[in-house]
Amino acid sequence: MAKKNVKIETYSKEVTLRWYHQMMLMRRFEEKAGQLYGQQKIRGFCHLYIGQEAVAAGVESAITPEDYVITAYRDHGQALARGVSARACMAELYGKITGCSKGKGGSMHFFSKEHNFLGGHGIVGGQIPLGAGVAFAIKYREEKKVCICFFGDGAARQGALHEAFNMAMMWKLPVVFICENNLYAMGTSVERSSNVTDIWKIGLAYDMPAEPVNGMNVIEVHEATTKAVQRAKNGEGPTLLEIKTYRYRGHSMSDPAKYRTKEELEKYKELDPIANIKSYILENQLAKVEEIEAIDEEIKTIIADCVDFAEKSPYPDPSELYNDVYAEPNYPFIME
Amino acid sequence: MRIIQFREALREAMQEEMRRDPNVFLMGEEVAEYNGAYKVSQGMLEEFGSKRVIDTPISELGFAGIGVGAAMAGLRPIIEFMTFNFSLVAIDQVVNSAAKMLSMSGGQYNIPIVFRGPSGNAGQLGAQHSQCFENWYANCPGLKVVTPSNPYDAKGLLKTAIRDNDPVIFMESELMYGNKGEVPEHEYLIPIGKADIKKQGSDVTIVSFGKMVNLCLEACQALESEGIQAEMIDLMSLRPIDYDTLVQSVKKTNRCVIVEESWPLAAIAGELTYMIQKRAFDYLDAPILRVTGSDVPLPYAPTLIEAYLPNVKKIVHAVKQVMYRN
Repeated sequence: MAKKNVKIETYSKEVTLRWYHQMMLMRRFEEKAGQLYGQQKIRGFCHLYIGQEAVAAGVESAITPEDYVITAYRDHGQALARGVSARACMAELYGKITGCSKGKGGSMHFFSKEHNFLGGHGIVGGQIPLGAGVAFAIKYREEKKVCICFFGDGAARQGALHEAFNMAMMWKLPVVFICENNLYAMGTSVERSSNVTDIWKIGLAYDMPAEPVNGMNVIEVHEATTKAVQRAKNGEGPTLLEIKTYRYRGHSMSDPAKYRTKEELEKYKELDPIANIKSYILENQLAKVEEIEAIDEEIKTIIADCVDFAEKSPYPDPSELYNDVYAEPNYPFIME
Repeated sequence: MRIIQFREALREAMQEEMRRDPNVFLMGEEVAEYNGAYKVSQGMLEEFGSKRVIDTPISELGFAGIGVGAAMAGLRPIIEFMTFNFSLVAIDQVVNSAAKMLSMSGGQYNIPIVFRGPSGNAGQLGAQHSQCFENWYANCPGLKVVTPSNPYDAKGLLKTAIRDNDPVIFMESELMYGNKGEVPEHEYLIPIGKADIKKQGSDVTIVSFGKMVNLCLEACQALESEGIQAEMIDLMSLRPIDYDTLVQSVKKTNRCVIVEESWPLAAIAGELTYMIQKRAFDYLDAPILRVTGSDVPLPYAPTLIEAYLPNVKKIVHAVKQVMYRN
């Protein structure tokens, strides 16, 4: 982990409990999704966020609902952090019409325009130029907003990243690039993908301010992101944050993760971001154990409710097939 | 009517739409300070400034994606590829992002963007600068594909493309930029998805699009001198395709030749042939023939280019074959 002397101020009860709530919701949602995948209620590819929750939660608290977020295919956590309902997310995993992408996206393509959540994108690194483009639009319209553009350590090796970094920096676009480095691009470790294993250093090649951040601590994520967002909103351009995190599960549901050791996994579980914020809350006497337990109970209800909602929701009618392909109504598809 | 060049018609279309809508901007390699690699955007930097006419580094994947991202956030980008040959390094953003975004977001994010630039051969440019991509992009639901053949059509279609709320692939040709034609001073739009009958005739239908249309019109003249009245249809849009106009014409002439610059396999011609046999089988008096580029990468030597490309002689020959007049 990145060892840094971070001066951590005390955060309020409201903020810390919101973090706890969000992260616990992500954790329980993903655990349930994994279970339902095993039952074949959820199909296709499914990439779980367990272990990485502090990243989405710490970033969300540094931005406003008017700001934009775009990410890759491991997108459940970001959508929940943005405020997309567990119902809409679970229904999307089920492929139901009530899902956040009407059952047309699936696990990798959650979207919510209402929440300025610009999606889950399936081609590694493809969302990086898109995020820069959203920031281009912000600057073009002279708005005081930011686009948060997430990607994984694997995407750091894509050409799209380098092209987007170069232009974003040259044009001082209001974008914060956040690399969620969970150490493995599918099964290939960061060490096996480049000589440059400190991904934040890639930013330096473009004169982009960049730093590593401990992703197992929501407060450190929040503070680093807050600074970067401020820079962007002040017209000073992009920042690259390499947030060092870890996924407890495999790359996707079909991955037994044999490329890493049990010891490594256990080491990171001891750094668990949810346990981390929980002890922060209790040590600083921000809330009582009972209040935390009440949140746990509330989340249990939310999870049970979202599964029930997804189960009971209808699949898209076959007549939906030709909808939403063109904005133009009555586009003449080839039907014969 | 006044006569202007193809490149001027394109420029006027962009200028008029940029004056009309502040969300429209032009981005690409050499579009601003250099005034356009082919001078299409000449003078536009001066009029609109560097905020709206934007030079990029040589990063097609990056700026194509930035265009799509800007469109997600509500702008209406015109992205210029110096040639569509270079769009291959950007095709992920064109196909995976622009074309699929509305569908995979369940109807939430439409992408009002135009990708424009030349496609196909343009003299002795060698294999990597000479390919046609009309059929590649036309294959992809979510995109629209437009191919004008003269300045009038180019202006009207480009204006429509810029106003369209879906991604439009707009294909030009280096060889046509200097072509002159009548373009009125007043504003007009040409709808996407409508073919144009460039010449009426009763004996045979010749179908084409893009710069091959001009070759076909030459062939029509040669045929006329031999007493053959060909009907010439310019598809203008390759997604969607105006099958009705095509089928109606074939029902009248009972014969059809398709002319296309691209390679033959999985080309537009195959799709047109399918639809004609499906909808006008009983009207056909001869098998449909196609004249396409040869099934090889386009070489450099002029003799090989001559052998490769469709030309008037090949078109006339095909027409005579479908008329059993050899």
